[in-house]
Amino acid sequence: MKPMAQLAMVMNLDKCIGCHTCSVTCKQTWTNRAGVEYVWFNNVETRPGQGYPRRHEDQEKWRGGWELNARGRLRLKAGGRLRKLATIFSNPVLPELADYYEPWTYDYKNLTEAPAGDDMPTAAPRSLITGKPTDIVWSANWDDDLGGMPEHLDDDPLVGRLSEKVRGQFEEAFMFYVPRICEHCLNPACVASCPSGAMYKRSEDGIVLVDQDRCRGWRMCVTGCPYKKVYFNHRTGKAEKCTLCYPRMEVGLPTVCSETCVGRLRYLGVMLYDADAVTAAACEPDEKKLYHRQLDVFLDPEDPAVRQECERAGIPHDWIEAARRSPVHALISKYRVALPLHPEYRTMPMVWYIPPLSPIVDALAASGHDGESLDNLFGALDTLRIPVDYLAELFTAGDPEPVRASLETLAAIRNHQRRKNLGEEEDPGIAGRVGLSGQDLDDLFRLLAIAKYGERYVIPSAAAGDARSLEESVLGDGCSLEFDGGPGMGGPFGETSGQPVPASVETFHALKERQTSDSSADKPGGRRVNLLNWDGNGRPAGLFPARRKKEK
Amino acid sequence: MTSAGLLLWGVLPYVCLVALIGGTVWRHRYDKFGWTTRSSELYEKRLLRIASPLFHYGIIGAFFGHILGVVIPKSWIDGIGIDEHAYHLIATWLGIPAGLAALAGLAMLIVRRRTTGSVFDATTNNDKVMYVVLLGAICLGLAATFWNAAEGPYDYRTSVSVWFRSVFYGDPKIALMSATPIVYRIHAAVGMVLIGMFPFTRLIHAFAAPVFYMFRPYIVYRSRDARQLGARSPQRGWERVR
Ligand code: HEM
Ligand code: SF4
Ligand code: SF4
Repeated sequence: MKPMAQLAMVMNLDKCIGCHTCSVTCKQTWTNRAGVEYVWFNNVETRPGQGYPRRHEDQEKWRGGWELNARGRLRLKAGGRLRKLATIFSNPVLPELADYYEPWTYDYKNLTEAPAGDDMPTAAPRSLITGKPTDIVWSANWDDDLGGMPEHLDDDPLVGRLSEKVRGQFEEAFMFYVPRICEHCLNPACVASCPSGAMYKRSEDGIVLVDQDRCRGWRMCVTGCPYKKVYFNHRTGKAEKCTLCYPRMEVGLPTVCSETCVGRLRYLGVMLYDADAVTAAACEPDEKKLYHRQLDVFLDPEDPAVRQECERAGIPHDWIEAARRSPVHALISKYRVALPLHPEYRTMPMVWYIPPLSPIVDALAASGHDGESLDNLFGALDTLRIPVDYLAELFTAGDPEPVRASLETLAAIRNHQRRKNLGEEEDPGIAGRVGLSGQDLDDLFRLLAIAKYGERYVIPSAAAGDARSLEESVLGDGCSLEFDGGPGMGGPFGETSGQPVPASVETFHALKERQTSDSSADKPGGRRVNLLNWDGNGRPAGLFPARRKKEK
Repeated sequence: MTSAGLLLWGVLPYVCLVALIGGTVWRHRYDKFGWTTRSSELYEKRLLRIASPLFHYGIIGAFFGHILGVVIPKSWIDGIGIDEHAYHLIATWLGIPAGLAALAGLAMLIVRRRTTGSVFDATTNNDKVMYVVLLGAICLGLAATFWNAAEGPYDYRTSVSVWFRSVFYGDPKIALMSATPIVYRIHAAVGMVLIGMFPFTRLIHAFAAPVFYMFRPYIVYRSRDARQLGARSPQRGWERVR
């Protein structure tokens, strides 16, 4: 077992109102520079819809992520190492700018400088790439709120996989938003695709980054990522991607998208996992089991054996404690309401989603039923197969069971809470139907509905994690109390033998002496004088070296 | 020995070598961020899809051809049983396709660069100078090969190649070069300029050729460096004081 820690995110899709605040604040923070005008580290997609870049989920075309070869081993879908190098001169499956969109601005100057005339001057769009006048034909969220539906319905790669009958009923069925960032995968295909080894996963927190000094612009990572979350900066010629706002996370602050999320639907926390088990789990032949295999990779921080193993692996204590309080762990592993996005890409993504129940409640209410009744809701999950099947294509490689289980839990919370609100008696059967207790439902309700800042974001800071190794950095690794004689005492061969006394221990004792004695620092039996501790009084014996006797 | 000959075949090689090595070291130390292919595939890929592999496979073929003809002594080649005639055939019939591929590829790349608005906008002056010299070197190389096939055979391995190696022994045989056909002399001179320019242009991406990718594990883990504040190592003189 090789335990590792990962900072992960969960988004509760029921609460996303599609306001794009997260995208805008992220862009302001990270990608409002030339060269990345078209780049959205965070983007919000309306589903059903094509997404950004267009139809990126069509892996038969874009060949992102992993696949299994004939021997059941993982192979990059875009081809193995030799093939990568052979096609490096022109990557055959790189999205073009048109697949994202051509960024533009407006010719505002014309508004003030146009000569007087009969017509109102206009601010015509201009391409940010060529500076020439351009037509706006597509953008990062052109099909927002089902814009262009139903003509473009079949352009959604997931819709193509559903049965004909189901597809027909789509328009009336539902719509929801999926905000997307880099998944900071456990088995990142982008890292595996990088020929120069410039991309890496940080061993402390699992954040996947591009080393800008080592990137040589081979642009293979763009193809490798099935979520298309590595972007090519066309000015600098280097790849860039979501950093999970590591400068913020390192000091315990949530990412910008989380911080500014209007729906407060994002959760951040630590997941512990067994790095040795990742590859085997990703090799699962049955795509529908990949979700369960990934769950098995996670470690339970409540298990003392796991905690001990983590300590031994050098995971800082406060990280392990944070894992116990992690809202992400609760939603993913404990209550199993959160699901991974496209586990079939085999990258083991680490941004998970709570599927939206609201389209179903809405549909029920619209058909004159009581959308809050548990039986109606449970029944609707089966009759309104469309959303469930669609969600299953998104989150569980097409297996409706985990999606239904998650939605049932969400329905149970609603019902349980409604009874409470109406002053009705608690019905333990409700929690029982989803395999939880009433207390669990209360806890889940709290986590999903009212959790405050500190409960949604449980982020151990990197500085605290490092503190232990930093504080005695002068001294090497051993604990100062471990050697013979204990703190502040000399070794067996006099004061300077043995391991040096840690500066902090020496300071502690010196301060204690100074504060509790009423004489000067010049004390009989005093050791060498540490000038930092010298209180300035008197002339301690060790202050100057002993005078050598003058020879006559 | 004329003074022009001395400058061209006795001084220029060393100037170019110093520029090549010094420039590469300098870029590695101070401009890692600028070391990239600056790929333009995002702007345009239909033409690039044909032109870039054509050019690269051609130029890499030509590179290995130069190793065979210029770097490896004739006696070694003779030693493995390839005589003058066989060598000449190989050099002509492998060299011409490689050279033509490189030339055709480069021509397409240049046309693409000129005609695609966004690619042209991303072309620096440095690039333009580089394309002129690169195109010149390839054309002259091809011209030499064609001349050799038509007028020859001329065995440059007893003149140009000997001079080339003598440069590295620190005793350049200038007289050998002064006596070679003019097309070889111009090709060699332009080639040296290209070599000298190499690290100061986008061509430096060739020195980062990612052969190491074949041998490394797929997933790279790296540790946050506690001594380092940012993601990149600090510039010289800006290291953190401890
Ligand atoms: C041997 C390893 C090499 C590799 C892996 C390599 C790879 C690449 C790549 C990926 C590009 C970017 C293409 C794009 O997407 O726009 C490129 C461009 C280029 N390479 Fe290379 N290259 C190599 C060697 C060379 C050599 C030896 C030369 C010339 C002496 C060369 C000259 C060029 C030029 C001129 C371009 C710019 C093409 C354009 O966009 O007009 N390369 N190379
Ligand atoms: S989602 Fe992020 S970590 Fe995963 S493959 Fe894409 S860029 Fe890499
Ligand atoms: S800010 Fe929050 S609510 Fe708004 S689109 Fe982003 S994730 Fe959804």
